Amino acid sequence: MTNRDIISKIKTIVTPYTQRKEGLSEFDESTNFLNDLEINSANLVDVVLDVEDEFDIEIDNESMEGMMTVGDARDIIIKKLND
Amino acid sequence: MKSIDIVSKLPYSAPFLFVDEITSISENAIEGNYFFDKSHDFYRGHFKENPVTPGVILAECMAQIGVVSLGIYLVSKEEAASGTPRIAMTSSNVDFIKPVYPGEKVFVKSEKKYFRFNKLKCMVIMTDTQDNILCRGEISGMILKSKS
Repeated sequence: MTNRDIISKIKTIVTPYTQRKEGLSEFDESTNFLNDLEINSANLVDVVLDVEDEFDIEIDNESMEGMMTVGDARDIIIKKLND
Repeated sequence: MKSIDIVSKLPYSAPFLFVDEITSISENAIEGNYFFDKSHDFYRGHFKENPVTPGVILAECMAQIGVVSLGIYLVSKEEAASGTPRIAMTSSNVDFIKPVYPGEKVFVKSEKKYFRFNKLKCMVIMTDTQDNILCRGEISGMILKSKS
């Protein structure tokens, strides 16, 4: 799976939880879940659970805490896929 | 942790405590009940001369039993937490099926859908003494261990 595939799948997952829709038009690895997409912490949990289902991985508490941007999420996904 | 300890650990008091008893609890489910005394102040205004329990209060009762009480239990199992966990309701999606009048006792059953990353999401049902469904829905909250 390429970098672009992963980012595109993350975008699909976050779209229903995104409050600030403009954030989706400039979506890239620097996109911040809280500031750019205005996804609150409770909905970020649902994003992470959907990421787990989509990529068939398990994300631990520590990884979750470091997941601020789309790039962070991609790095965690790649790491878990290679574990 | 026993059921009675959970009620004493709840961060509410009258007039905003809507839990009388927790009757059963496990990792995955909880049951409890509450009696809506007709002396509640909100009956004077909801509605004028026609007292009916407000839906927002029914949802609160469902959340206090179904999410907060279960959450306090789950957090206490994870570690011997000293204080009361910090809690916040984050979403509720409840259908109200039958009205609840002053002087009714209600029974709340909740099943955990997940408890991950401090978020507890539950499917909650409220029934009356004849087992009629009064309301049901999904309620979520964040349950954070108390800061030591």
